[in-house]
Amino acid sequence: MSGAALDITNLSVAIRRGPTLLHGVSLHVAPGEVHGLVGMSGAGKSMVGRCLLGILPARVGITGGSIRFAGQELVGLNERDRRRAGAQLALIPQDPLSALNPSRRIVSQMTDVMRLRLGLTQSEATARALAMLHEVHIRDPEGVLHRYPHELSGGMRQRVLIATAFACEPKLIVADEPTTALDVTVQKQILRLIRDLQRSHQTSLLFVTHDLGVVAKICNSVTVLNAGRVVEQAPVAEMFAAPKDPYTQALFAATPRYDQPGGVVA
Amino acid sequence: MTTPGTLRHALTNWRVVTGGVLLLVLLVAAVFAAALSPYDPLDQDLAAQLAPPDWHFGRDAHALGTDSLGRDVLSRLIYGSRVALTVAFVAGILTAVAGTLLGLAAGFFGGWIDALISRAVDIWSSFPPVLLSIILVALIGTGLWSVVAAIVLIDWTRFCRVIRAETLKQRRLDYVDAAVVAGLRPRAILWREIVPNVLPLALVLLTLEMGLAVVIEAILSFVGLSISSDAPSWGGMIAEGREVVHQAPWVLIGAMLVLLATVLGFNVLGDGLKQELDPVLR
Repeated sequence: MSGAALDITNLSVAIRRGPTLLHGVSLHVAPGEVHGLVGMSGAGKSMVGRCLLGILPARVGITGGSIRFAGQELVGLNERDRRRAGAQLALIPQDPLSALNPSRRIVSQMTDVMRLRLGLTQSEATARALAMLHEVHIRDPEGVLHRYPHELSGGMRQRVLIATAFACEPKLIVADEPTTALDVTVQKQILRLIRDLQRSHQTSLLFVTHDLGVVAKICNSVTVLNAGRVVEQAPVAEMFAAPKDPYTQALFAATPRYDQPGGVVA
Repeated sequence: MTTPGTLRHALTNWRVVTGGVLLLVLLVAAVFAAALSPYDPLDQDLAAQLAPPDWHFGRDAHALGTDSLGRDVLSRLIYGSRVALTVAFVAGILTAVAGTLLGLAAGFFGGWIDALISRAVDIWSSFPPVLLSIILVALIGTGLWSVVAAIVLIDWTRFCRVIRAETLKQRRLDYVDAAVVAGLRPRAILWREIVPNVLPLALVLLTLEMGLAVVIEAILSFVGLSISSDAPSWGGMIAEGREVVHQAPWVLIGAMLVLLATVLGFNVLGDGLKQELDPVLR
């Protein structure tokens, strides 16, 4: 299973009768690549992922541009075709607390999507859910299957969500700040887990984050977004060596350096 | 969220237990009314009008006294629970189903469906409920089923409003987005994802609504718009007792205490269930 290319060109998004949120954003994710999408709060980075997945908030709509994914245009599809195209896409959400339905057991939430997307029977899907839980190194996978979300810790829930995202072998996963809601030690484990799974499954990954440290660890290339506009786009090594745009330079300057005590926190 | 664990935990909550026991006593009284009552509730004993409560448990003793026609108050109270509970359950459940379905539709689909339902709720709730129920019963005729119909027609807005707000809240949570990404159809999202999270709230509202239905029925039988006046109902007994309150207060007091205990039972049970079913409060 290998990733597919994503080509977003000139994507514009606006609130109906309101301000524009994205001004002609273009970006390219190559098959099997991890592409970072960086910017401060409100820059519109989550909006890009939401456009791709078809979960824009009410009264927010795409006003122009195109999203080509796995050879198919996603902008302007009707609801049914959109659902079908979505089979190759998955989401690792920001907040593992609210992304699981509190009143349903883990097993039914994980198997729903597998039965729908892969056409598995309930028992096949349950077996696959268990295998995926093993793959995300969760403690006591059999027990977790039959628990409710509130019985799991934040880190465990995020592992469940990652397992669910990879379970249907999507070609591209949008990870929307998947480590923001977790504490630092768990962050590191989750990040490594996502990277390992991405490599072994050869999935493309659009990694939305505000953390340049995370970008350095996991991404191949990166897009910097400011106020709904792309300010810089480059391979990670290149950008970290020499950020060109003044905004990117400011972002780097604002990142605390743990290797230099007393380093700049602008 | 209704796991065996939740149930076991609920039985340690004094509110759930108190309300449950009160209502269980009432339920037993209603079901076994014939076996439990010492007299026929309609039997008049004109030799024993307004007899005071008599605890000597003899053959002719009236434990809670008699009313102005010599009918046994205790027996009438026991039979009255049938009326009260029938109205509580039938009207309560019908109201809950109607209001919850409309609230779900308004909250989930939004747009013109929401506008239509919400405006109807606004207009509906601008009428004073008791007045509206009296008008309704006057229009469709008196009787127990008219009372039930009146309660459903008045109180569906209570459910609709609350369930709509909860549905709106749930619909914006991330798990709904996750379900959309997973490819679930809107109808599947509504029934499989949202309804289980709204149901506990509907259950709590239902218990409160049942208590309210008992009060509305009592009000309507008090003014003589419910079942016929010789049939035993608590509201009717309060009305009759009011006329003889100086000579025989027990007629009024008995019915009021039973009514009070019933409504208290439903409300306390509702409060307890709210605590038990809300994972945040628990």
